[in-house]
Amino acid sequence: MLEIRQLSVAVEGKEILHDINLRIGTGETHILFGPNGGGKTTLLMTIMGFPKYKVTQGKIFFKERDITKLPPDERARLGFGISFQRPPVVRGVKTSDMLAACLRKRASEEEIDRLAVKADLADFLDREINYGFSGGEIKRSELMQLMAQKPQLVLLDEPESGVDLVNIALIGDMINELLEKSCPIYDRKCMGLLITHTGHILDYVNARTGYVMYDGRLACEGDPHEILATVREVGYEHCVRCQKGRILDDWDKIK
Amino acid sequence: MTGTKSSKILKDKARASANKPAALGEDIDLKSYVSSAEEQPYQSDPAELPAKTKAQMLDAGVMLDDISQRSGTYIQMDNAPVHSSIKQEGIEVMAVSQALAKYDWMADYWWQAVAVDADKYTANVELNQHDGYFIRALPGYKTLFPVQACLYLAKAELAQHVHNIIIAEEGSELHIITGCTTASKRESGLHLGVSEFYIKKGARVTFTMIHSWNPEVAVRPRTAAVVEEDGLFLSNYLLMKPVRSLQMYPAAECVGENAIVRYNSILVAAAGSSLDVGSRAILNARGARTEIVSRAITTGGNITARGYIEGNAPEVKGHLECRGLILEDGGKIHAIPELKGNLAGIDLSHEAAVGKIAEEEVEYLMARGLSREEATATIVRGFLRVDIEGLPPLLSTELRRAVEASEKEVM
Ligand SMILES: Nc1ncnc2c1ncn2[C@@H]1O[C@H](COP(=O)(O)OP(=O)(O)OP(=O)(O)O)[C@@H](O)[C@H]1O
Ligand SMILES: [Mg+2]
Repeated sequence: MLEIRQLSVAVEGKEILHDINLRIGTGETHILFGPNGGGKTTLLMTIMGFPKYKVTQGKIFFKERDITKLPPDERARLGFGISFQRPPVVRGVKTSDMLAACLRKRASEEEIDRLAVKADLADFLDREINYGFSGGEIKRSELMQLMAQKPQLVLLDEPESGVDLVNIALIGDMINELLEKSCPIYDRKCMGLLITHTGHILDYVNARTGYVMYDGRLACEGDPHEILATVREVGYEHCVRCQKGRILDDWDKIK
Repeated sequence: MTGTKSSKILKDKARASANKPAALGEDIDLKSYVSSAEEQPYQSDPAELPAKTKAQMLDAGVMLDDISQRSGTYIQMDNAPVHSSIKQEGIEVMAVSQALAKYDWMADYWWQAVAVDADKYTANVELNQHDGYFIRALPGYKTLFPVQACLYLAKAELAQHVHNIIIAEEGSELHIITGCTTASKRESGLHLGVSEFYIKKGARVTFTMIHSWNPEVAVRPRTAAVVEEDGLFLSNYLLMKPVRSLQMYPAAECVGENAIVRYNSILVAAAGSSLDVGSRAILNARGARTEIVSRAITTGGNITARGYIEGNAPEVKGHLECRGLILEDGGKIHAIPELKGNLAGIDLSHEAAVGKIAEEEVEYLMARGLSREEATATIVRGFLRVDIEGLPPLLSTELRRAVEASEKEVM
């Protein structure tokens, strides 16, 4: 279980997230919606533990352990994995090197090839990571790295933005595998926190909880399909007005 | 040396320049070095050299225990050639003194690419000539394995004066790996090395040079290459071990159409090392091309990384890439890429970047589970990885191994 209690986060001296409370139960996938600049990426980066995101208040617990102060590598080793919205180019470091790093002890040429084929990136293994990658290639490469890492807490930042209609199915399958197929119920259960604007990935994951992040606050909580429908209809403003958990009632009133 | 008259002219020129400071780099006081050393015995089997010496040479890419993967070997200790042998037909490897005695045409090559009066270092090589290597590929012959040469500084405080001549005759292919190293890892010394390359029509030469000096040694190589029509000169330089002061600015002139010159340099400066290293390509014939790539890392030393491309003929093309990484405060990197074009329709470009490792990149790798140290090491390794097109696989592997062997000291 991931639990976030009364979390406030500042970036470069400016508070971006205010008093966030969030709880993702084992085996659950939650969805984050919200307008540009609302703080979604900031929340994911904070959960992953990047030092630029300073926790000014509150705590983050993973399986009851306070991990608020752990650096990203230790969180990765605990089972956290993130796909970046805009990952950096690392010159001279090949895609295959990244996969080997993610696979750690499990690294082998066969496994690297298998993942690359799965992500339709077989020709990319010798390329420098993210160098000259198209938007969609970056998304596939990020998910491929996570599939190598096999995280238990999967943090995905807009995995389907800018992806064409053919590739969206591939991306959807990869996400599904990350969150469900490669996570056998009896063995270990994955948790997910996914950012989406389009909601396309809802077709591939079994998510019953969604939130709208607005101005650095989790403005409302509800069924992600319903939130998406509301947002499509009346925009984000409405969600801000609604009370936590009451989006469905409000939705009925508007109708 | 070569005909009394021309030799007298060279000597006169050299004498006139014996104290002429070089255009670049710290001025080395030649008087603080001795110029003679006891002769080292000739070794018919280089595997018989002491194990420690062989290990040092191996650090510089010269393997003596098994020379089956070499088409020739030349070893010089201090002033004297101690071994030279060939393993393949069509290749000549000998002491340059021997070549001067054997071939009366040597005057056509001797100080023809490098000017004897360029500075006091070239002048003093002429005045105190100690020998050097002569490597030649006969017309049409292609080496399967590289020729290896080692210049070894055994005696402390010695100034070693070396003059090398490399000739690739028409249509030949020659791969050379040269290692320079010292017996002592702390005594001072000076290495003055002149190398002149002549790459004839359609010939291909790859030259891989590994330097492994010590923190008290000063080094002034003086290298030039002349590349004829359709010729290729590919030069790789690796310097990852400490050295006190090293300055070199080799130049290659493309005199024939479609000649190609490529330079790759990997430089690491530890605290106390001062490097001023660059590469020059002068494109004087139609369609000539060049690519100059350098990677410089400082862990506390100073590096001036230069590059110069000059285009003087139609349809020439050149690119210069100069990247520097500062791993520790106190180190400095000064990148000076220069382009000079004299005609319309030439295509010269450069990119230069100097900086620290980007924190964002380190954190990206940390998010994949690498520790901060592992992430940094991975990025440094990536930075040092230069995929060299046109280098035989064997040499690529050896070069990569040499880089990896020194990486640990960098990190
Ligand atoms: N380094 C920074 N310095 C200053 N402000 C920052 C910094 N990083 C993020 N912010 C600000 O924090 C706010 C939240 O940004 P964040 O990237 O979390 O939004 P988001 O919800 O992911 O938006 P989008 O949908 O556009 O990706 C924005 O106003 C952004 O400009
Ligand atoms: Mg974002």
